[in-house]
Amino acid sequence: MEAFTSLTAVAVPVDLPNVDTDQIIPARFLGRAREEQAPAMFHDMRRAPDGSLRPDFPLNQDGFSGAGIIVAERNFACGSSRENAVTVMVDNGFRAFIAPSFGDIFFNNCFQNGALPIMLPEARVAELRAALHAKPGANITVDLASQTVTGPDGKIDHFEIDSFRKDCLLRGVDSVTLTLSHASEIAAFEARQKEEVSWL
Amino acid sequence: MAQPSLTMFEKIWRRHVVVDRPDGYTLLYIDRHLMHDGSAGSFARLRARGLSLRRPDRSFATPDHYVATGGRGLGAIEDSHHRGIVAAMAVNHARYGFTVFDIGDERQGIAHVVGPEQGITQPGLTLVCGDSHTSTHGALGALAFGIGSSEVVHVMATQSLWQRKPKAMRIAVEGNLGFGITAKDVILAIIARIGAGGAIGHVVEYAGSAIRSLSVEGRLTLCNMSIEAGGRAGMVAPDNTTFAYLHGRAFAPKDAAWDKALAYWRDVPSDEGAVFDKEVTLDGATIAPMVTWGTSPEDAVPITARIPDPSSAPDAAKREGMERALAYMGLQPGTPVEDVAVDRVFIGSCTNSRIEDLRSAAAVVRGRKAVVPSWAVAGSGVVKRQAEAEGLDRIFREAGFEWREPGCSMCVGMNGDTGKPGQRIASTSNRNFVGRQGQGVRTHLVSPAMAAAAAVNGRFTDVRKLAQA
Repeated sequence: MEAFTSLTAVAVPVDLPNVDTDQIIPARFLGRAREEQAPAMFHDMRRAPDGSLRPDFPLNQDGFSGAGIIVAERNFACGSSRENAVTVMVDNGFRAFIAPSFGDIFFNNCFQNGALPIMLPEARVAELRAALHAKPGANITVDLASQTVTGPDGKIDHFEIDSFRKDCLLRGVDSVTLTLSHASEIAAFEARQKEEVSWL
Repeated sequence: MAQPSLTMFEKIWRRHVVVDRPDGYTLLYIDRHLMHDGSAGSFARLRARGLSLRRPDRSFATPDHYVATGGRGLGAIEDSHHRGIVAAMAVNHARYGFTVFDIGDERQGIAHVVGPEQGITQPGLTLVCGDSHTSTHGALGALAFGIGSSEVVHVMATQSLWQRKPKAMRIAVEGNLGFGITAKDVILAIIARIGAGGAIGHVVEYAGSAIRSLSVEGRLTLCNMSIEAGGRAGMVAPDNTTFAYLHGRAFAPKDAAWDKALAYWRDVPSDEGAVFDKEVTLDGATIAPMVTWGTSPEDAVPITARIPDPSSAPDAAKREGMERALAYMGLQPGTPVEDVAVDRVFIGSCTNSRIEDLRSAAAVVRGRKAVVPSWAVAGSGVVKRQAEAEGLDRIFREAGFEWREPGCSMCVGMNGDTGKPGQRIASTSNRNFVGRQGQGVRTHLVSPAMAAAAAVNGRFTDVRKLAQA
């Protein structure tokens, strides 16, 4: 897993609440190799049924080309557990997501893929989106070590992250490696449990 | 000193702690791991890392997402990629030795139907699956939640997961549900009330007299859609209804082990006076048959209502969202829901494909004709056989329904079972997201009885009128 330390990148606003993972990658693109999925990101939000790009979707606008951060609305990436919703955005260059709230499963999936989901207060996230609309192509800086987001207005917000997740991201290690070092505790738990729930 | 009062969730959590880190992270032991055809990629990653499946005896699998429902077997799957994904289950089974209900097995079906049906799901257990609707299994008093494919690899290799403890929420539905009201109407009413993000970060315990009076199958429907309110999991306290349901099932304990398990299970429910981080109460008597009008499960209204008007929205963002949803759904504000005509009907999915769902739909269909193309898709081979033994398949077929093979089918839009752009579908599934049932398809979530009523009338109909007629 690639480490995440800090990122300064063009940020793109996604204004709708409850954007579900079916919108991030529609089901018909699942069941294919990861390399083939990249063009499917936000496919049906980006494109009209005839395949043409919708000009009103920010990702289709020149000002936001090369974006690496998404600033979203509440309950971003809710719904299906498909981890492809994270990987398809990572494969398109997005490593940080800022929203007032996230779907829980997506939030967890980010940390398995070197991506950072950041929760900030609703009013501040709305302010950031407005600033990005006003000045397409503006940068946001996310610094994991100091747990800060620097907006296009220069204002710095602190965000919370569990030290466990932070440490794994900074070092680029996934949790399987860490957990295997707890093999003896797992075995001890299993030995205890064998008596307690012997019917399993 | 008196023991502190604990919630059911807290008790199960505490019994499964392997490691507690000072920073608040817990390595939680996982008792049961359910897998489906979509887990093939996780097996490939497990193997690529040189890891093995730690507990094949705690791992169960059945293909559901990619299977065809127009015919049985691998040959019925048209897409060669999808056929390969389903075929991988037998290969992985041979390699790792978990319990499998594969495509030729009568016990095959939707993982969230099969788990409870086989007695794999039990009170007090932790259960995970690489699917968001794993919340279903909480209906039996298990702590069950969906995970991503990397966490699936983690569970395969270690039988555990790193978790920060979620908060606890109690949703009480008190009073008696009215005539014709089902668990599906209850959960849609709950989501309409608290919103699609109303339970984010929480494990929901459903309580109250209306919940206790639900059958286990109704509770499965209820807990299934916890994720549509953002909940990490949903649970109902195990009681005699639960124990009677489990008794005699293939993977449930037997004889002396049953008695021991029963004693353990009776201690699972929340203690008197347990404190929840959030509490919501609904009056069950006021819940009507529900229909969704928009593109989020929170967009649900009673069948007696009209399509909402965006001009009544509290703010501009909400108004714009409603306008967008109505444009996609092709609906005019102010239209009575009962005036909305449907093009297709789908009865099935992990939400509503169990025997009671099929009975309830068949009771409405009996002696009537579907006037739009309609499907009934049993949740498992076991459900299908039972429905056939009861003659339900005949009722559906005589009404013009297609009676199909078990699988996720039209709920998930990834196995060939999809609608056409612009089609309006009355569906017993769980998500009315844009494009969920195919590009441009308009999904309205309803109960099985309401779906059946829409099938025979060609428009949404208050099923209470049909049942009285």
